[in-house]
Amino acid sequence: MQRREVVTGSLVLIVLMLVTLLPFISLFTTALHPSGSVPLGIDWPANPQWGNFARAFQVADMPVLLFSSTIIVVGVVPISVAISTMAGFAIGHLRIPGARALFLLFLLGLTLPLEGIITPLYYLVQSFGLLNTRLAIILPLIGLYMPFSVYWMRAHFVNMPSELSEAARVDGASTWDLFWRIHVPLARPAIASLTILLCVWTWNQFLLALVLVQDPTQRTMAGALGAFQGHYATNIPLLSAGALLILLPSLIVFLVFQRQFVAALLQGSVKG
Amino acid sequence: MPAASAAGARAQDRPATALRRSRLRALRRANWAGWLMVAPALLVYVIFVLQPLVITVQYSLYRWDGIGASQWVGLQNYVTVLTDQNFIQILTNAFQLILFFCVISVGLGLVVASLIRRVVTGRVGTAARTVLFLPQVIPLVAAGIAWSWVLALSGVVNQILGAIGLGGITQAWLGDFGTALPAVGLIGVWVLLGLCTVLLLTGMGKIDPALYESARIDGAGPVQEFWSITVPSLRNEIAVCITVTAIAALASFDIVYISTGGGPGLATMVPGLEIYQLAFVGQQVGLASALAVVLVLLVLIVVLPIQRMTGGEPL
Repeated sequence: MQRREVVTGSLVLIVLMLVTLLPFISLFTTALHPSGSVPLGIDWPANPQWGNFARAFQVADMPVLLFSSTIIVVGVVPISVAISTMAGFAIGHLRIPGARALFLLFLLGLTLPLEGIITPLYYLVQSFGLLNTRLAIILPLIGLYMPFSVYWMRAHFVNMPSELSEAARVDGASTWDLFWRIHVPLARPAIASLTILLCVWTWNQFLLALVLVQDPTQRTMAGALGAFQGHYATNIPLLSAGALLILLPSLIVFLVFQRQFVAALLQGSVKG
Repeated sequence: MPAASAAGARAQDRPATALRRSRLRALRRANWAGWLMVAPALLVYVIFVLQPLVITVQYSLYRWDGIGASQWVGLQNYVTVLTDQNFIQILTNAFQLILFFCVISVGLGLVVASLIRRVVTGRVGTAARTVLFLPQVIPLVAAGIAWSWVLALSGVVNQILGAIGLGGITQAWLGDFGTALPAVGLIGVWVLLGLCTVLLLTGMGKIDPALYESARIDGAGPVQEFWSITVPSLRNEIAVCITVTAIAALASFDIVYISTGGGPGLATMVPGLEIYQLAFVGQQVGLASALAVVLVLLVLIVVLPIQRMTGGEPL
């Protein structure tokens, strides 16, 4: 490889990295300016106001938000993973009669944009008396995740050799034993990736929270951030500090689980 | 299948028949259990996705303010959505966003991925992969807030332009009729570039290195390699990138809601946001639903041919 190519290539990548990081850097320096002022885009303040973060932490009610988002993730992800794993197993491995039709039915929802059904969802959730509760986000999300999750788990189970199950059958294993004792342990990597994906998607879900839940303290992180922006749109330093705080959990989790994250999101988009 | 094996079993001798019967019984038991295992997933899917989808179609045939009595209007809402100037602009905006989200993200993604894979193989390449992927992880709402500030009148973009002597063209990029939509498009590129890059990188890992070696021997440069080996080998990955980015463009909501609210005027209004506004602010549930149905169909019309092209499993 010629040296000049390497240098040019590196320069291109470095510029792109800077552009990618630019909004984060700008948020950071802006957050350190006096509350209510209008600083320049990137400008290190003479007197950094670290207290802005503490104030944003307070006004955004961070502990409550973290708690609310966590409840929603805990309410959505384990159930979604469990029922889609069972369905994927039945469709992909047991091949029950009608499996193909069922699979196509789930596929139907794979490209469906949420905006396409958000209006009736509102009236549906209202008729259940669940508006403004976390269940208003949890229940529809589980349903919305089914097309992708079933597709994902089926893709795993369809590739498992049937000899494995036949051997277990001869030993008298019931269908449930077969699923729980043999196939779930083998499906662990697929289940782990699905879990990561659903956690991120739930944490970042905005539209459902916006439409179905008025109270920011009952929302997902993204939904709460939307409300925060509504309140403090004119106080740019405080808004920047709040946005950074709300970003932080996602960022930390990403940096810690980077490898699994990238792998999961990748497989997710390949299969989705 | 059970019927066929039962017919076959009748022709067999007795021990075999008995064996088949017990197998059949096991099979039926498995079917029973199998259906039970599908049931919960199917139930939530039917209640929270398929049912609303059917109701959307139903709503789209009525005029309804969401509270009072509704009035049957047939296909009139669809006529409005497909002929009214404003709606046409909104749909056009969505397609313009596809150009940005798809063409730039995938094109640039190809360049970056081949740089990382073939040219800058060291630490800079690895770092670029991680950094470019970052926007994929954070809430789009946060991206919207950050970029509104970056593109604001006193934001970084104008600051940089001023510093390099282009102070004359500084403006509020998201507030101008001419630049707002491209600006939103570039925010989309910022979000999607890393995903495309890493996807394409994975595809490149599967290309046989011998292909590159023989091209080198034939005297091909990096640019020729790119067009004659890299791009054709990545057909499937490119198709996936286009699918993901096209859906992200057509169904965009979060970024537009936060950064421009659809403005100025209708310059950045997209179908998703308009559906939200019509249904929950303007109380025109019927019209919102007609637009929703059109959006769902548009996504299918755009995505299905791409899937065909790759000849993979039907999506």
